[in-house]
Amino acid sequence: MSDAEINLAELSDEDLVAQMHDDLYDGLKEEITEGVNILLGRGWTPYNVLTIALVEGMRIVGEDFRDGILFVPEVLLSANAMKAGMFILRPLLAETGAPKIGKMVVGTVKGDIHDIGKNLVGMMLEGAGFEVIDLGVNTSVERFLAAIDEHKPEILGMSALLTTTMPYMKVVIQALKDKGIRDELVVLVGGAPLNEEFAMSVGADAYCRDAAVAVETAQTFMKRRSNQAGLAAPKPA
Amino acid sequence: MAIIEERLKERGWLLADGATGTNLFDRGLTSGEAPELWNADRPEEITRLYRNFTDAGADIILTNSFGGTSRRLMLHNAQSRVHDLNKRAASLAREVADTSGRKVLVGGSVGPTGDLFAPLGELTEAAAVEVFVEQIEGLKAGGADVIWIETMSALEEMRAAADAATLCGMEYTITASFDTAGMTMMGLSPANMATSTLGFAPAPHGVGCNCGVGASDLVCSVLGITEAVPDAVVIAKANCGVPRVKGDSVVYTGTPELMAEYARLARDAGASIIGGCCGTSPAHLAAMRDALDRHTKRARPDIDAVVAALGPLVAPPSTATSSRRPSRRRS
Repeated sequence: MSDAEINLAELSDEDLVAQMHDDLYDGLKEEITEGVNILLGRGWTPYNVLTIALVEGMRIVGEDFRDGILFVPEVLLSANAMKAGMFILRPLLAETGAPKIGKMVVGTVKGDIHDIGKNLVGMMLEGAGFEVIDLGVNTSVERFLAAIDEHKPEILGMSALLTTTMPYMKVVIQALKDKGIRDELVVLVGGAPLNEEFAMSVGADAYCRDAAVAVETAQTFMKRRSNQAGLAAPKPA
Repeated sequence: MAIIEERLKERGWLLADGATGTNLFDRGLTSGEAPELWNADRPEEITRLYRNFTDAGADIILTNSFGGTSRRLMLHNAQSRVHDLNKRAASLAREVADTSGRKVLVGGSVGPTGDLFAPLGELTEAAAVEVFVEQIEGLKAGGADVIWIETMSALEEMRAAADAATLCGMEYTITASFDTAGMTMMGLSPANMATSTLGFAPAPHGVGCNCGVGASDLVCSVLGITEAVPDAVVIAKANCGVPRVKGDSVVYTGTPELMAEYARLARDAGASIIGGCCGTSPAHLAAMRDALDRHTKRARPDIDAVVAALGPLVAPPSTATSSRRPSRRRS
């Protein structure tokens, strides 16, 4: 089947969603934009377009990334296609008050300009329904603290790609402890030279091997949190 | 004859050095600080580290210039000091090499810019060549023998750095970091990396792997390379175990014994230039030197033998039976 033979507007909802999953997988930005607009035109809610067409598509991408089938270039293309869809959906989601799973502040630590992995994490989390505040690269303790103060996130994500910068994560976590806010936050860390043991030794809650694991971990912590909140609250009779 | 081949002819293998960044932590470098600034601010510490490595038996020492491109120094507002910091890095190493009493080569370390290349990112190959030329001119002025391009992930960036070395009239080697399911994070396999880079004109005088994840993983990458290009000069520089925070510094879990066995296995796997990466101290390097001096090359190991000797793989190659999913848009 060649490219020209697919007319997205002629596909049933079910086929269109399947096609969009494929197009996300292939990183086809224009096709995703078109698909999002068609579904909205058919009366889909922005939230359903996000979760059923885009998030599910990115879940498949994330799975193959985790399994070593896709690598960074492919996932970046997928994430860019996702971003094109989000560009349309974001204002609509805000208008319709669609549910947010949680809020996360992310940044690459001071002295480090590597943001490929951190950007992937940000985009995939946004795709999974998180509100993501991205502080960019070379983030100092002061900037992390100011953003936490301003945005009140549930999760803090830190990234480092250098052995010379990863110990800075400990500096940030110590600052959270000093301010007495460490326990209010879940701290996730990631980056090529890190490992589980390192994450534990700097006092993080979890090490995320890649962007897909970061999304899964963030979701797990949010679930745990809402379960705990549910237990604490009185149950309706 | 090229300088690396000439030296290899004398013994058949060469010992490279250990880590730079992580060893400077032990000497007071703080996290987030640029190691390259020490070439100007703490030159005696840099000299001491180089000398510790030559004393431990290194035949090649790498300059303290891994993050010495303007793209990286920009972070520390030192982008205007590229030439000076790289020149200093190389001349400090040159001085140690020339007074070591042995034949020691100076490899001018060139690390990645940290930027994504077009079309995925903003950096074009032409702009990257300029960035690398600026750094390499400094390394050349300071007396580097060969340009040592390392910890690479993207083929475009390897080509840009290689072109820059050639434009500066320097021989070069290239090593990549295979840290993602047995490949670089950009999806380049050890075999592809070796055959692609050896296709550059002029070709590198050595190809291989450094950093990545564990020593087991790295020896497996060496196996992938030597299988694809059995006649090439292959470089192995593995991390010394896994990082762990101890007090204010990062320590690595690898012992001198483990690194000695790693060195023997890397040699058996076909590497002829062997060293350590993150966490490898002069003491580890001395154990590697001793191991290689006494070693007679054994049969080529398989992955099971590597794992049995050095521990499990940290990022094993994909075992997924499926490959990339089919697209309805393609026939």
